[in-house]
Amino acid sequence: MQKIATREAYGDALVELGRENPDVVVLDADLSKSTKTINFRKHFPERFFNLGIAEQNMLGTAAGLAAAGKIPFCSTFAVFAPGRSFDQLRNSIAYPKLNVKIGASHAGITVGEDGATHQSVEDIALVRAVPNLTVFVPADAVETKKAVMAAAEIKGPVYIRLGRAAVPVLHGEDFVFEPGKAVVMREGGDAAIIATGVMVAEALAAAEELSREGISVRVLNIHTIKPLDTEAIISAAKETGAIVTAEEHSVIGGLGSAVAETVCEHCPVPVYRVGIPDVFGESGKPGELMEKYGLKARHLAAAVRKAIRR
Amino acid sequence: MEAEKIAWLEDKARQIRAHIIKMTAAAGSGHPGGSLSAADIVTALYFHLLRIDPQNPAWPDRDRFILSKGHAAPLLYAALAERGFFPVEELLTLRKLGSRLQGHPDMKSLPGVEVSTGSLGQGLSAGNGMALAAKLDGRDYRVFVLLGDGEIQEGMVWEAAMAAAHYRLDNVTAFLDYNGLQIDGPITEVMSPEPVADKWRAFGWDVQEIDGHDIGQIIKAVEVARQVKGKPQMIVAKTCKGKGVSFMENQVDWHGTAPKPEQAEKALAELRCER
Repeated sequence: MQKIATREAYGDALVELGRENPDVVVLDADLSKSTKTINFRKHFPERFFNLGIAEQNMLGTAAGLAAAGKIPFCSTFAVFAPGRSFDQLRNSIAYPKLNVKIGASHAGITVGEDGATHQSVEDIALVRAVPNLTVFVPADAVETKKAVMAAAEIKGPVYIRLGRAAVPVLHGEDFVFEPGKAVVMREGGDAAIIATGVMVAEALAAAEELSREGISVRVLNIHTIKPLDTEAIISAAKETGAIVTAEEHSVIGGLGSAVAETVCEHCPVPVYRVGIPDVFGESGKPGELMEKYGLKARHLAAAVRKAIRR
Repeated sequence: MEAEKIAWLEDKARQIRAHIIKMTAAAGSGHPGGSLSAADIVTALYFHLLRIDPQNPAWPDRDRFILSKGHAAPLLYAALAERGFFPVEELLTLRKLGSRLQGHPDMKSLPGVEVSTGSLGQGLSAGNGMALAAKLDGRDYRVFVLLGDGEIQEGMVWEAAMAAAHYRLDNVTAFLDYNGLQIDGPITEVMSPEPVADKWRAFGWDVQEIDGHDIGQIIKAVEVARQVKGKPQMIVAKTCKGKGVSFMENQVDWHGTAPKPEQAEKALAELRCER
């Protein structure tokens, strides 16, 4: 299976978007080679602004550009936006509902060797709590590209969570990305794995493993954390009776929390959250970290077996 | 500039100050001190310097004014209402449930408010963004930003100061409302930003220092700033917190305290205004 990092797809999508829409401008904070906004800079240097290592000012500048009719895409690592610039995101962008898009790369522990300071494990929890924000967590390159295009069409702030490491391409080019609409990646009736981002591929592998044991697992891909497709989650709870959530993020405040909130209110069934336990990450290879923090397909499969037994 | 016009602007500033007293008194809360200190600057901008059309607040070529020190909202609202952006009667709804006049300015609710501010340090960055957009679009509007002297303790201000010079944003003119006081005391005691003018110069700005209560100096400084090419301009305006109301002048406690009815009456009498 072909593997592409979602940040790579983001960089390519920005170029395509730049060709289509002259109002699109791109901002970066000295990480354009890593976030891949460098591609946009090469094609449209006059519409690219490097703000230096100053993320707060980058988001504030984007707010002003948006207020003057531009569609700014800002990029840095997720630890720095929303991490370092949360107040600017909240007050300068989300409160006035300005048309700013944040492409936050290097999210989660698959950043790898840089270690805990650069591994954002709480960004979804932060952005999910902010009113007016749309939150996308694409699972693969195709989804990323379509999420970028969709973000440009949305009138308001959008957060797009991107990863550093190459991940399997799960969709064909004909995939239709509908904001706020979960995607059933695989049907199943015994349990559901509700996954987001890079964990969708792991969820599919877990479902495959479980099918060999005669357990039929639905895999639901939540590419939009907000607004959340509560209907699809409630259906999964009703129709399977056992849920496991999967995210490359803390188990506090992210997808697992969102799903648990929804299921508790509408259709209580067992929900097990697979994610990074309440700890910071560390240096290591992405695969080693996924193994150590329990984010591999086999960990998901074990959680499903536990959920079904209850 | 003829003396008659200056006298007219001074009288307008007096009316704006009276509104600030009435509004904060009616609300029972708010920030009169820093609203009064910047009243002459904002009056000169809205009634003489800004290219704006109250009938068309979204006019693409309008000049932008950003109140980065968002707690001086009563001042901004008074100027906008007097200039005709919304009815003057609405001023007394300040801070009340359902009002468009939020405790800090909300660009989505009130015409004429260019940026939602309140969390300090963010207005100049937004101003830079608008100035960059103007250059991209080939528009000749200017962006004016009013900063507080306590506010420039925020690191983000200096990120923005660096960026404005880096991108040679000569369409950005900032004012510093240099009244010397912040919530916890004199700025030099809390966290000194001195030497203020030198800092802005060192960041690559054109800097002028003026008396922020002298309308003639304010107008002249902006005229000089407009001629500067390739650099953003900072006008450090020495002001007096609470200016125009004797018992509020230079009193730190009037930063965020509303006048009680009898205090408001006394203040309005000093401002030669009926209650």
